[in-house]
Amino acid sequence: MSLAQATAVPVSIAPVASKRRRWWRRYGLASLGATIILAWILIAIFAPVLTSHSPDLVDVTNRLKPPSAANLLGTDALGRDVLTRLLYGSRISLTTGFVVVILAAIFGTLVGGIAAYSRGRIEEIVMRVTDLVLCFPPIILALAIAAALGIGATNTIIAMLVVWWPKFARLARSLIIVQRSQEYVEAAMVVGLSPARILIRHIIPNSVGPLIVLVTLDIGNAIITFAGLSFLGLGVIPPTPEWGSMVSEGRELIEQWWVASFPGLAILSIVVGFNFLGDGIRDWLDPKSRRR
Amino acid sequence: MSFVKTIAGTGQAAPTSATPILDVRDLRTQFFTDEGVVKAVDGVSFSVAPGETLGIVGESGSGKTVAALSLMRLLEEPARIVGGQILFQGRDVVQMTAEELRAMRGDGIAMVFQDPMTSLNPVLKIARQLAETMLVHGKVSEEQALQRAVTLLGRMGITAPQRAIDSYPHQFSGGMRQRVMLAMGFSNEPSLLIADEPTTALDVTIQAQILDLLAELNRDYNTAIVLISHDLGVIANVCSRVVVMYAGEVVEEGPTEQILTDPRHPYTWALINAVPRIDRHVPGQRRLVTIEGTPPDPLNQPPGCRFAARCPFKIARCDEHPALTEIRPGRKTRCWVTQAGENLPQPKTQVAAPATVKAGMDHGEGTKLRRGERMLELRNVVKHFPLPKDTFFGKQKVVHAVDGVDLDVAQGETVGLVGESGCGKSTLARVVARIHQPTAGSVIFHGQDISNASQAQIRPLRRRMQMVFQDPYASLNPRMTVGEILGEPLRFHNITATPAETRERIGDLLNVVGLSPKAAARYPHEFSGGQRQRISIARALSVQPDFIIADEPISALDVNIQAQIINLMIDLQERFGLTYLFIAHDLAVVRHISDRVVVLYLGKVAEIAPADKLFADPLHPYTRYLISAVPIPDAEVERKRKRMPLQGEPPSAIDPPSGCRFRTRCPIAQGICAETAPPVVEHKPGQFAACHFAGQFK
Repeated sequence: MSLAQATAVPVSIAPVASKRRRWWRRYGLASLGATIILAWILIAIFAPVLTSHSPDLVDVTNRLKPPSAANLLGTDALGRDVLTRLLYGSRISLTTGFVVVILAAIFGTLVGGIAAYSRGRIEEIVMRVTDLVLCFPPIILALAIAAALGIGATNTIIAMLVVWWPKFARLARSLIIVQRSQEYVEAAMVVGLSPARILIRHIIPNSVGPLIVLVTLDIGNAIITFAGLSFLGLGVIPPTPEWGSMVSEGRELIEQWWVASFPGLAILSIVVGFNFLGDGIRDWLDPKSRRR
Repeated sequence: MSFVKTIAGTGQAAPTSATPILDVRDLRTQFFTDEGVVKAVDGVSFSVAPGETLGIVGESGSGKTVAALSLMRLLEEPARIVGGQILFQGRDVVQMTAEELRAMRGDGIAMVFQDPMTSLNPVLKIARQLAETMLVHGKVSEEQALQRAVTLLGRMGITAPQRAIDSYPHQFSGGMRQRVMLAMGFSNEPSLLIADEPTTALDVTIQAQILDLLAELNRDYNTAIVLISHDLGVIANVCSRVVVMYAGEVVEEGPTEQILTDPRHPYTWALINAVPRIDRHVPGQRRLVTIEGTPPDPLNQPPGCRFAARCPFKIARCDEHPALTEIRPGRKTRCWVTQAGENLPQPKTQVAAPATVKAGMDHGEGTKLRRGERMLELRNVVKHFPLPKDTFFGKQKVVHAVDGVDLDVAQGETVGLVGESGCGKSTLARVVARIHQPTAGSVIFHGQDISNASQAQIRPLRRRMQMVFQDPYASLNPRMTVGEILGEPLRFHNITATPAETRERIGDLLNVVGLSPKAAARYPHEFSGGQRQRISIARALSVQPDFIIADEPISALDVNIQAQIINLMIDLQERFGLTYLFIAHDLAVVRHISDRVVVLYLGKVAEIAPADKLFADPLHPYTRYLISAVPIPDAEVERKRKRMPLQGEPPSAIDPPSGCRFRTRCPIAQGICAETAPPVVEHKPGQFAACHFAGQFK
């Protein structure tokens, strides 16, 4: 019947995309992002297996060699293998990215949740504190704090945490305020559940979606900021391999382009990966964009 | 194959003599989803004569809205028109180019949508939006367009149109916006107006105004109207002919009066009988006629009659797919039984199966009140919501949501609470349930004043007072299974001791509300609206309450499901001796289910009376207006009835009128009404009204 209809009525529309093509259109970039991130995580774990060089071995006789069979991405000013430092560098970048964002998310959500749930004066105080932090450009504030605390990965992470939590607090607060007035929360109140139980069992599970999206998108952001701080001489203590400081070391070596460009590309790829994945998760969580 | 031809054949034989302005022939619209092809509109044919009013009726999912959107080619991927013709003034809309479509939309055919809140652009002034629709078709100058906009708004019943035109949509109420939408629709004097559930989001009084307006516009401009609605009363009010849709097909077509009095398709029959009638209340007949089951899976329509699975009149031949055939001039049906000349009998009401009360479901002993004893007392309950201040030193404004309500509810009775939206009925329910704390006054439940009690203090009483909410999609936590939703209160209140006992109890609860115990393992999104409402009721019953507040529990459901839920609530009441505070805006339902009815207006009680007396002889003018505004699904009654359209809109609850709050819309208001607020006085035995001139308005 449908065949007969299709020929009888000349409706001029392209054939419907196949199931696989539609899946690809919807989740293609997200799975590309996930693949990139997964690849970097595996590299971070298996870095020693993937290279025969040592990241810290200085060999001045072999300095600033262009990419070759022995040193696939060349060597830097101290004769260290760029590829090896790049692989080891993924460890610190991924760790700081995850640690900063996840700690900030937990702390921010908790603070935002308390603010949203208590309302009144506590909310006012919490929100003004977030305003205070948010009114500084994040990298400048982190720079100032990190400089005061001294060089080192841990201090830089602490400095970033201070700058990072308020946006999670704000988002969590608005999400929880929305959920608070939902009928299922009122139903839980009427059934007589305690406020803590309502918050933990009912409100937070229904608010995490957008938080997960922000976490994913933000890890890339944190990696860039950390690299930025390292570039500026804070962050890791040399000679620890780190992408930001590697770019910094190569910034005046225009002729020896490989020293700065490969770590730069590494940062680019990981940030793009997290952005693709974050966008994908957002689309997947948003029922409105899900159809189609 | 064969039935396709038959439909196409009958589609050409238009029932009216004039050439139809719209002739839909064998329209097929399908959604290409990941799960498969959904045939939302599956071979629909109908026609509309110039100046005619046609109603399309059906439950949600029947394809009526998709059909309407198809007429304008407003569908987006993954929906496609895959077959058929839509002849508008002889030209096929399906074949039109984008350019031709634009020219037709708004100029030839106009459309009004259900939700007046989202169908206007919030950042443009009304003037811009109205003038734009006239200017794009290039017939008038900008000045003329603005002038015409003012005239049109005035015509649509908007007071002070000169000022209104310079407003933004958010400054208007829902009814006013729907008037603006109509003005926009009529700005180019279309020959056809498609109105998709135009009054569903509105109050009855406003609905009556809009329906009257539609009928007038049809008369004055001779514009044909296609009115889509789930409410047969609305259709009876406006339309001369009806098309009934079920599972993507037209199942019956004919003149409204004939269809309403003598339906020839069992689905129409069920639709008509599932609705309680405000004008025809039979005392003692508490249960409504319902049909079991749900519409067929749109991905997998049965090969035979699509209604057969739910049909009380099923015969062997129903395994074959019936065609839409003319049984009498102008009347078509898609049913083997009536095509063979049989009538559908008047329904016998179902009697509930004898209740088998499980021992565990019985209610607390000892403290139980006898029927008729006072359970809930509200004394001068006030709830004000402060608004954010405009400026720091500005005056604090408050919304007077509930403003001094006194009410007693006795054990075992059902008290209906009605009023327009914004009258404070939901707020009052939430104050009683102590989701909100009252600003003043006292709420006494089982002799205990709970108005200022902390949540911890109220907790023991929570087991006796429960609430069922309006929105079945928002009232269940989407991330918990049904078992977890029902088990949580059981464990929290230590009603059950072991996990096994909890499981058993959840199974009992699901049985009681008519669901399978297997439902416990599933998530709310796997259920339909009616099933979710059953889960909601099961959750309320889990703690064995004796008092249930039902906040519009059926207003989001289709009529047949509404009837099922009402029947369930009546069953449960008889079985467990429940007391209900039943909030609804549908007066027919309230009359059907309630012993006593409370009418609220702008936060105050207008009238309290036993249901029969209130509907037979209302004392307050507002009650009289409310009752008169309810459309009755009977064209004959509708014609004889004296229409009393209530003018205007409810005033703002931020700054309510002095004295009697209804005086600004009251036809019999006098000087005293502005000075003193009338107290609630017992004018006749059991009948209380707050009116200086109670019973004087006829």
